[in-house]
Amino acid sequence: MNTHYRDAAGPYFGDYGGRWMPESLVAALDEVADTFAKAKADPEFTEEYFRLCREYTGRPSLLTEAKRFAAEAGHARIFLKREDLNHTGSHKINNVLGQALIAQRLGKTRLIAETGAGQHGVATATAAALFGMDCVVYMGSADTRRQALNVARMQLLGAEVIPVDHGAQTLKDAINEALRDWVASVETTHYVLGTVAGPHPFPEMVRWFHQVIGEEAREQIITQTGKLPEAVAACVGGGSNAIGIFHGFLDDPEVGLYGYEAGGDGVETGRHASAITLGRSGVLHGARSYLMQDEDGQTVDSHSISAGLDYPSVGPQHAYLNDQGRVTYQPVTDADCMSAFESLCRTEGIIPAIESAHALAGAARLSAEWGSEGEGKVIIVNLSGRGDKDVATAAEWFDLLPDQETDVESADAEAPEVGIQA
Amino acid sequence: MTAVVQSKSAAAIDAAAAEGRAAFIGYLPAGYPDKETSIQAAIALIENGADILEVGIPYSDPVMDGPVIQQATTEVLARGFRISEVFEIVRAVTEATGAAVLVMTYYNLIDRMGADEFARRLAEAGGAGAITPDLIPDEAEDWLAATDKYGLDRIFLSAPTSAPERAQMVAESSRGFVYGVSIMGVTGTRDSVSDLAEQVVVASKAAGARRVCVGLGVSARSHVEEIGSYADGVIVGTALVAALRDGGPDAVGELARQLSGKS
Repeated sequence: MNTHYRDAAGPYFGDYGGRWMPESLVAALDEVADTFAKAKADPEFTEEYFRLCREYTGRPSLLTEAKRFAAEAGHARIFLKREDLNHTGSHKINNVLGQALIAQRLGKTRLIAETGAGQHGVATATAAALFGMDCVVYMGSADTRRQALNVARMQLLGAEVIPVDHGAQTLKDAINEALRDWVASVETTHYVLGTVAGPHPFPEMVRWFHQVIGEEAREQIITQTGKLPEAVAACVGGGSNAIGIFHGFLDDPEVGLYGYEAGGDGVETGRHASAITLGRSGVLHGARSYLMQDEDGQTVDSHSISAGLDYPSVGPQHAYLNDQGRVTYQPVTDADCMSAFESLCRTEGIIPAIESAHALAGAARLSAEWGSEGEGKVIIVNLSGRGDKDVATAAEWFDLLPDQETDVESADAEAPEVGIQA
Repeated sequence: MTAVVQSKSAAAIDAAAAEGRAAFIGYLPAGYPDKETSIQAAIALIENGADILEVGIPYSDPVMDGPVIQQATTEVLARGFRISEVFEIVRAVTEATGAAVLVMTYYNLIDRMGADEFARRLAEAGGAGAITPDLIPDEAEDWLAATDKYGLDRIFLSAPTSAPERAQMVAESSRGFVYGVSIMGVTGTRDSVSDLAEQVVVASKAAGARRVCVGLGVSARSHVEEIGSYADGVIVGTALVAALRDGGPDAVGELARQLSGKS
C-alpha cells in the first residue's frame, strides 16, 4: 500500500504548517509535542484513550445507510458516519478526551478552549468535568447569541464562558483571546485547540485523535458493502472531522475525497468562509495555510450560517492535500446546505448539525452529477454532529418561529420604508 | 554572517550607554488616531527623550496585544488604514528627528507583501528595521535574507520560558537588540516589574546577546530606572498609547519627559 499521505507528521505539510507563534509559547508547544509523541507510543496511554472512546463516548459510532436521502439526490448509495451519536453530540469529543489526557500528563489543572458553534466548548467543558479540571471557554459574542443553548450547556458543566467582543466576534477572535490567556497562564493551563489548525503539534495531534473516525468507517463500509466507497465527503472549517475520516482512505487512490467549505452567500459575493477556494497563502494562529485576507494581509471576516465553519483559514494538512490534488475542496452555499439539512430531517429522521449539512449537500451534488453512472457507487458522509443546537437557526431560516417574534423583527425592518413612503 | 550591517538601533542604544543610561524605546501605533497626529506624537516622543521609536502596524489579529493597544489599532483599521501609510510615517519621523525608527509588525503583513519587498520599502523610507512578535527565528528564512539584503535590524523576542539553546538562537538571529519579554502575558501596564525581567536579560546575555531591551508592562519612571539598571533599553507602549488617546501628542511628550527622567 502506498503510504504517501497517511500519518504525515508536522511541523510542515509541504509548504504549510510550522509554528508562527510568539516565543513565549514555544516552550509550551515543545512540551506538548514531546508529551504527545511519548504518549501515543505508550500502550498505557492508548489503552486509556480507547477505553474512554468506548465507554464514555460510545465508540465505535454507527455507519447508517441513508436510503431515502440518497434516492432524492441521485443513484449512488449514501452512508452516514454517525459522529452525531457520540456523547456531547459531535466528533469534537474524540480530540478533547485525548488532549485532556495529555494535559494530565503535563500536570496542567486548567483547560481553556475556543469555540464557534459551541460543540468544541461543550466537549472541553465535559472533559474538564470528567477529569476534575478548571475550564474557561472563549466564544465570540456573535456566537454566544447564535448558540445560546450551548452557552448554558457549558455553564451547567461547570465551565466559565467568556464572550469575546473584539473583531468579528466569531471563532477567529475567540482563538485570539484563548492565545492571550495561554501566554499568561501557560504554567498551569493547557490550551485545547479544537481543530487541526494552529501551530505544531496541534494539526498532527488533533488529527491523531480523530483518525479513529476514518479507521472505523473504512472497516464498516467494507463489512456493510463488501468494498471501498467511491467517495468520502466531509465539511471543512478548520478541518478536524474531515481529516479524521479522510485519514482512513488517504492511501486508497480509488477513493475520491471531497471537502466542503462554507460558501456562505456564495464565494463571488465575498461573504463566505471558503479559504481554500479563495486560494491565498498566509499565516494566522500559528500556521501557514490558505487564509482569507485582503491585499495588505489583514484577515478578512468570514461568513457562514454555520458558526462552526465560520473560520477564515483551514488546517495546513488540508492546504497540502489540496495542492497535491488528493482531496477536492468545493464551497457549499448556506442555501444549498439548508436544503440538504431539511432533506435529511424529512427523509431519514435525523437532524444534522448545520456544519455537517454542508457535507450532505456536497454528497447530494456529487450523486446528482454522476447521474445514472452513480448506480452501484457508494458515498460516505461524515455526519460530524447533531443539529439540536441549530434548531433556533433552522427555525429562523425556514420561518418556523412563533408569530409574535416574527412581528417584532419585521416591524423593525419595515420602519425605514414607512418613513420613506411618508 | 559575513555582511557588515550598521545597526541604527544598536547605535542609538550605544549612544545612550555612553551617557551612562539605558535607552528609552517608545511604541505608538501607526496612524492613531490619524496619520498626521501619529507623526506629531512620534516626534513629541523622540524630542522628549525617546532614543528609538517603535511604530506598530495595526493588524486584524494582534494576539500579543492587550485591550488598550487593541482598541487603538482596531479604530485605525476601521477607518480604512493601508500598509503604505506606515512607510510614510516612518519617512516623516526619520526625516524630522533622525532617530532610529523600527516597525513592530505581526508577520502576515510582511508575508503578504513579500519579505523582500517589505524590507525594500522599509529601508527606502529610512526605517531602522522591524520587531516581529509572532515570528521565531525557526520560521524566518525569508525575513533573515531580506533584512540582510537591505541592511535592516531584525529584533526577535526572548521569553522567560526560552531554553538556553533557544535564547542563543534568538541572540544569533537578532540584529540591533534582543527584545526581552519581561512577563508571561500580553501588552498592558502592570503595577510592578516582574522578577522575570532581570532573569531574561541575564539569560539572553549568557546566550550571547550584546544588547537586550525589556518590554511588556513598563509604565512608570520607577520601572524605567529599575529595568535600566540591568537592561540596555526599556520599552514602553501601552502607557504612551493611553496618553495619546487621552491627551494627544502633548500628553505623549509630557509622559516621555517623565519616563526619561527629564522632568
